[in-house]
Amino acid sequence: MTPTTPPRKKHWSWRSQAFRGLVYQALALGLIGLMVWFLVHNTTENMRIRGIQSGFDFLSQPAGFDIGESVIAFDSSESYFKALLTGLGNTLRVAILGILLTTVLGTLLGVGRFSRNALVRGMCSAYVEFFRNVPVLLQLLMWYLAMTEYLPDTLEPIQIGSFFLSKGGLSFPAPVWAPGFAWAIWGLVAGVALAWLYRHWAHGRFEATGQVRSLFWVPLGIVLVMGALGWLAGGAPSEFNVPFKGEFAVEGGSSLTPEFISLLIGLTVYTAAFVAEVVRAGIQSVARGQSEAAAALGLSKGQEMRLVMLPQALRVIIPPMTNQFLNLTKNSSLAVAIGYPDVVSISNTAINQTGRAVECISIVMLIYLTTSLSTSALMGWYNKRAAIQER
Amino acid sequence: MAFPSFKLAAVALAAVGTLASAPAFAGKTLDAIKARGQVVCGVNTGLAGFSAADSSGKWTGLDVDICRAIAAATLGDAEKVKYVPLNAQQRFTALQSGEVDVLSRNTTFTLNRDGALGLHMTAVTYYDGQGFMVPVKSKIKSAKQLKGQTVCVQSGTTTEKNMTDFSKANALGLKPVVFEKVEAATGAYFAGRCVAYTTDASGLASVRNKEAKVPADHVILPELISKEPLGPMVRRGDDEWFAIVKWVIHGLVESEEYGLTQSNVLAEKAKSTDPVVQRITGATEDTGKNLGLDRDWMVRALQATGNYGEIFERNVGPKSPLALPRAMNNQWNKGGLMYAYPVR
Amino acid sequence: MNAKTFQPIAPRPAPVRTDGPVAWARRNLFSDWKTSLATLVIGGLLLWYLPQLLNWALFTAMWKPDAEACRADAVGACWGVVTEKYRLIIFGRYPFEEQWRPLVATLLMVGLLVASCVRYFWKPWLAALWVAVLALSFALMYGNVAGLSLVETDRWGGLPLTILLASLSIVMAFPIALVVALGRRSHLPAIRSFCTIYVELVRGVPLISVLFMASFMFPLFMPHGLTIDVLIRVLVGITLFAAAYMAEVIRGGLQAIPKGQVEAAATLGLSYWQTQFKIVLPQALAMVVPGIMNNFISIFKDTSLVTIVSLYELTGSLGLALNSDADWRPYKIEGYLFIALIYFTFCFAMSRYSLWVEKQVNKSKLR
Repeated sequence: MTPTTPPRKKHWSWRSQAFRGLVYQALALGLIGLMVWFLVHNTTENMRIRGIQSGFDFLSQPAGFDIGESVIAFDSSESYFKALLTGLGNTLRVAILGILLTTVLGTLLGVGRFSRNALVRGMCSAYVEFFRNVPVLLQLLMWYLAMTEYLPDTLEPIQIGSFFLSKGGLSFPAPVWAPGFAWAIWGLVAGVALAWLYRHWAHGRFEATGQVRSLFWVPLGIVLVMGALGWLAGGAPSEFNVPFKGEFAVEGGSSLTPEFISLLIGLTVYTAAFVAEVVRAGIQSVARGQSEAAAALGLSKGQEMRLVMLPQALRVIIPPMTNQFLNLTKNSSLAVAIGYPDVVSISNTAINQTGRAVECISIVMLIYLTTSLSTSALMGWYNKRAAIQER
Repeated sequence: MAFPSFKLAAVALAAVGTLASAPAFAGKTLDAIKARGQVVCGVNTGLAGFSAADSSGKWTGLDVDICRAIAAATLGDAEKVKYVPLNAQQRFTALQSGEVDVLSRNTTFTLNRDGALGLHMTAVTYYDGQGFMVPVKSKIKSAKQLKGQTVCVQSGTTTEKNMTDFSKANALGLKPVVFEKVEAATGAYFAGRCVAYTTDASGLASVRNKEAKVPADHVILPELISKEPLGPMVRRGDDEWFAIVKWVIHGLVESEEYGLTQSNVLAEKAKSTDPVVQRITGATEDTGKNLGLDRDWMVRALQATGNYGEIFERNVGPKSPLALPRAMNNQWNKGGLMYAYPVR
Repeated sequence: MNAKTFQPIAPRPAPVRTDGPVAWARRNLFSDWKTSLATLVIGGLLLWYLPQLLNWALFTAMWKPDAEACRADAVGACWGVVTEKYRLIIFGRYPFEEQWRPLVATLLMVGLLVASCVRYFWKPWLAALWVAVLALSFALMYGNVAGLSLVETDRWGGLPLTILLASLSIVMAFPIALVVALGRRSHLPAIRSFCTIYVELVRGVPLISVLFMASFMFPLFMPHGLTIDVLIRVLVGITLFAAAYMAEVIRGGLQAIPKGQVEAAATLGLSYWQTQFKIVLPQALAMVVPGIMNNFISIFKDTSLVTIVSLYELTGSLGLALNSDADWRPYKIEGYLFIALIYFTFCFAMSRYSLWVEKQVNKSKLR
């Protein structure tokens, strides 16, 4: 007896799941479309009635305001677009440095929770509990207050060698740009490539013969040596712009403003507490049998953490860690409260001078959205690769 | 199983209903004010001498007195004002959206605000200029000595742009440290983060008086680097309300010119023979009718706040804590710029 | 039989104690030379700095609300700033005589939150209790009923505003988050894409942008002439923000339910909504309660951002209290520490509670 399969028919009746699905979707789309039309209609109506101008043409007009500190040079006669770009550069500067420092500090704290020393464990716990439970805005304000109230005046800075620390910020000697430094950078790049090749070769040797070669110190040495060679080849430039005490403040050299320093420290200290928890959860997620097996093999605690626990914990750590990085980038928007000219602060100034609130806020949201979405997309791809495959 | 979310949604909707005010009649601000029984006045969050609230919530200041005069003229009671404190970022959107009826918040009249933001400027209540304040111990005597120095400034005001213009014109390379809130800016200056603080000269006097531990330790530099005519603003689309606000201010200034004060206005109304005084007090003509008000509009305003000179003396004058001289804000026939349009 | 004299062996030393403080110290503080060194260094630093800190904070501190005395004695902390200004800091600009109303409202809400944590109260009427208490608190603070004077929402401030904003936004965000999480796992492409767009959009922008949008742009979105209270606008902004994050947390829980549960429900003939409400959600929500508590803690901390749009909650009311008073401004750090302590108390309590819930839920999985 051959089995018969029932014919597949699509019924246009309410009892068909496919039909119901279509109806629901049509309803949802219609509702959303109606809402969007309502909002857009109201906005254009209101703007017309109140005589508010709109459009993105203001982006090409000269800004007319200066920006206190910036990664790229900015003059008040350049356009609003360039001003927003400068703000974006400032935001990225804080974000990237913050992410690097947070990763280091957070990992140390997270691993410290598993230390054999009760004092170290206790201090890591206390750190995490304290800094997680106080709002980040409050922490930023406190760091900024500490920097502006308790550091010495700009006229009498603390001086250590050529480094000056005062209310005006941290001034340090900076190398004057010369073509020789370009050579040094190319040397470093070549060194990184060579170091990668070396590691590849060392891995191959390990697989073939079991001989271990240093996988960290030798490559690091290669990079540094190549950099030094490049610097020498470029004529060994060594001119430095050294800061000195001027009439009212320290002048010369390169400086980090108190706004930048307090923002960086505040964000790092706050996010590191969360990263520590993420790392701890990741290490705890590795089955206890792994650490017992590592002990049975005779690995030291440090080797166990480095070779067994952390690599397995990474799968669990990386998604929430990326979340924390995104949080840090978004929290950098609070710079507007302590006077650091990030992209939100500059957009606020632009709103006040041009009145284009809708356009400027949309631009800022677009910038943050692009950053977050690209990171999320990357994470989604990694997540799919690393996730446990279910049927 | 109960669905608490629906009940909560009902409560939330009811709450929204109570808090959303009745729709204002399009363009008829005066009708809305009369229906509401209150003038909603946008003021500064706290600028001593112009608009500041003490800890019990009572507002005083020059801008506040203008609001009270408007309320007295339109509604008959100077206390029927709701003060909405606005910071520099919110002030224009609050006025544009209808959240406040008049923005009396030491705001400068500029082309940009008239054209791009769609806001009408009524009349100047204070002629000011932007200046710098530095600590005495920095030994700076002139703004031109501030080469390459840090200056604390609040974001969202004409101050930033003026400072940049001045810096460019004199090749100073000033470095602005921009704060969102004025308290953060002044706090940073008094903590010593910046060498100078800049805002309108009246603001400098107010800040120095209120927030400096020893006011004499700070000096306001003599250069005024811009023109800042300050006055109340209303939004476009309601010429009637615009006229009312404008003429209340001109009325107050003209009252000072002709010697009408808070104490003598009723007596003058009864016995004065000067036709200008008679017109202002409504003894002969009903000037209020053309504005949509009644005949005693100026009398009520004067009784509530006094004339412009009295308002000035009380809030920012030489005897007040701010101790600002009349200078540009004196009457036109005494060497100042206050020239009231005739109330007739 | 040969008589052999009994030769006892030498007595061995007693076994080392493995419990007690000394044994604990040997294991945890002095187990090897590296640990011992670390203990000595850290212990030394603590012994050096901790007494100084305690000295400054407690023993040489001034408690009297007297700015002159504080300036004269510049050694200890000046907690006078707290004793003098605590009402302005905790209640903001609420009218002075009516401050009993936000006090009662705060106590009611805190009581409700604590009650919701206790197992005894996990009954169906808890939901009705939530609605009743929130409505009562709202009525108390707003007034205009039962003889209470009207207090406009822009006068609300300080701690009551923080708790009100946090509780209301979490409560309102929860149903939205549930719907969005379910929608994101739906098979209908339109609904799934809309929910995904909403979540990714909101999670991608900082809360400050959402608040700016709420306070600047919502008035433009409304039909001409309709004004919405600033508190409602901020509340809507925070709610939409919280809902997106909570939707992700709930979606994590939904993902962890094995597909077999849904298939078994299908064989029993349950519809989609019956499956969700009776089978999937109870399991998923129990799993993500710690995540939701985390969300609550974040929202509680994020309410401090409304200072930037000029609603004076706890962080903003401190600025309000101290900025216009030159006498007390040098002691701002004590004020900051005071409100940090308040935030810390609330958040720490909530995080400890979340740990307890996690332990309860995972009782079966602990080794």
